[in-house]
Amino acid sequence: MNSWIAFWNILKKDIRNYYLKPPNISWGIIFPLSWTLMQLIGTPQAGLDSIRGLLPGLMGMSILFGTTSMLAVTITFERRGRSFERLLIAPISMTTMVLAKISGAIIFGVSIAFSPLLFAAFLTELSGINWGVAIISILLMAVTSTLLGFAIAVSSKEVFEAQTYSNFFRFPMLFLSGLFLPIEKLPVFLRPVSYCLPLTYGVDMLNGAIMHTGYMNVWLSLTVLIGFGVLLFYFCQWNIKRKWIL
Amino acid sequence: MGIVSVRNLKKEYGDFTAVDGISFDIEQGEIFGFLGPNGAGKTTTINMLIGLCRPTAGTIFIDGIDSIKDIKKAQSIMGVVADESNLYDEMDGYDNLCFCASLYGMRKAEREKRAKELLEWFGLKNAGRRPFRAYSKGMRRKLTIAAGIIHKPKILFLDEPTTGIDVESARQIRSLILDLKRQGTTVFLTTHYIEDAQRICDRIAFIVNGKIVKSGTVEELMENAEKEHIIKLTLNDNANGIKAELQRHFPTIRIEAEEGNTCFISSPERIALSPLLQYLDKKGISVFEAKEMRPTLEDVFVKVTGIEVNKLHKEKEGGKK
Ligand SMILES: Nc1ncnc2c1ncn2[C@@H]1O[C@H](COP(=O)(O)OP(=O)(O)OP(=O)(O)O)[C@@H](O)[C@H]1O
Ligand SMILES: [Mg+2]
Repeated sequence: MNSWIAFWNILKKDIRNYYLKPPNISWGIIFPLSWTLMQLIGTPQAGLDSIRGLLPGLMGMSILFGTTSMLAVTITFERRGRSFERLLIAPISMTTMVLAKISGAIIFGVSIAFSPLLFAAFLTELSGINWGVAIISILLMAVTSTLLGFAIAVSSKEVFEAQTYSNFFRFPMLFLSGLFLPIEKLPVFLRPVSYCLPLTYGVDMLNGAIMHTGYMNVWLSLTVLIGFGVLLFYFCQWNIKRKWIL
Repeated sequence: MGIVSVRNLKKEYGDFTAVDGISFDIEQGEIFGFLGPNGAGKTTTINMLIGLCRPTAGTIFIDGIDSIKDIKKAQSIMGVVADESNLYDEMDGYDNLCFCASLYGMRKAEREKRAKELLEWFGLKNAGRRPFRAYSKGMRRKLTIAAGIIHKPKILFLDEPTTGIDVESARQIRSLILDLKRQGTTVFLTTHYIEDAQRICDRIAFIVNGKIVKSGTVEELMENAEKEHIIKLTLNDNANGIKAELQRHFPTIRIEAEEGNTCFISSPERIALSPLLQYLDKKGISVFEAKEMRPTLEDVFVKVTGIEVNKLHKEKEGGKK
């Protein structure tokens, strides 16, 4: 019960304070939105179906940028002002603390993920989507991307540094996770890298749900994504203890 | 065993030893102070007690809890005020206090009542709706202290509560700390202001280079020093010129000359002044003033640690960002 009060208030504070902070606006909102618009508007009118084909990639990209930039902001601002120490000395478990910190970013990422859908709804027909699978994959992509962002944030001191480090990961991931280029079109030596990235599995699931062209088995993807989530969750806690409790 | 009991606590960073095997106890309801220069290991010690830093060796018991094993349990009875005022810039004073209370599981109604109470008590009522980033240094310090006690901790850790703020705010903070003590809170504070330590601490430990070099109540610390009698003389002539001769003539008392016309004479016995004055008179030197000096805690500190006190403050204020 006590942990729940702390959890809820940390989440509420993060949403209020950081969703509209400039670094989050630029990388978490403006960037994915403009990329989305560029792709949707740039698509020739002839293939309305191809708009639908773009959706999984655009949604994956929005989630990736939305979650990682929000996470970087919530962690690094508080590390710099040292208010983060308050969370470390509060009588709440590390698990509760990490869950509270990532929830704000996950909710943000999931909301941003719906923006491409919203735009596409004006341009094309969106029937026949398997919403169950779509929502599960969106959620799992948000969780794994957030935790990946967390791992990066633990290693950086400044907000801009976290955003820069994130970009080292985010941009290659755009191309390696099958967001816009199918993995089969990647050079052979890059393909193993693709299979080490959680986003690959999430986007494949989403492709299955929206285009019915999933490449891998849904259950396999699901298992791998959950595996990534659990692993990263413990890695983050271990890393915080190692790096921030000197 | 006190409410805080520390034994052989040690912290090494690589091959540098920041805290070197210290032991101390804090009794329930007292104000215990760590007094020491920059880099002595004060913050490191606090951080080990509150769970922000892992000890290399040693044991810590807080209210009977082995806090190295079960830090989260110990943290629920602690309040912490860090050496920097570390609240959330984006939020106003009131929200900051309510948020901090929520971390300790306090319910909404209770949080809000307590936050209002504290804003009032700290004289920040009118600033309650202003964002923290717009607070002055002294206001920031006060709000940070308020945030540290909002959940009524049994024991409060204060790292340099009065550094870098004006005399009046420092006085207010001292009286707030004494109020807390009256309400039964145990306080552990660090400072490098000797007056702070002397005015509010029940017991003081001098810490230098990671070691406690002396500790006790103010009376205990002063005990040896008070056995010394010191008299300050103001002459009409340069005191240095006469020093050697005077010392030869009065071997039982110690004579120290300062720049200018003052000199200090000291002795374990009470000093009979008339022979001295007569001697000086014969030499054609007049004595304008003779003043008995009561030794201060400052003198004891300088004697024990070999650190000049004024140097201690200057470095600190210049050195802080
Ligand atoms: N993370 C760290 N890594 C290496 N050395 C450290 C670390 N933290 C502190 N130290 C060293 O430990 C020593 C004690 O530092 P500490 O902050 O405890 O001093 P302090 O008594 O609080 O000083 P001040 O009055 O300046 O606050 C210093 O020499 C400092 O350089
Ligand atoms: Mg310090």
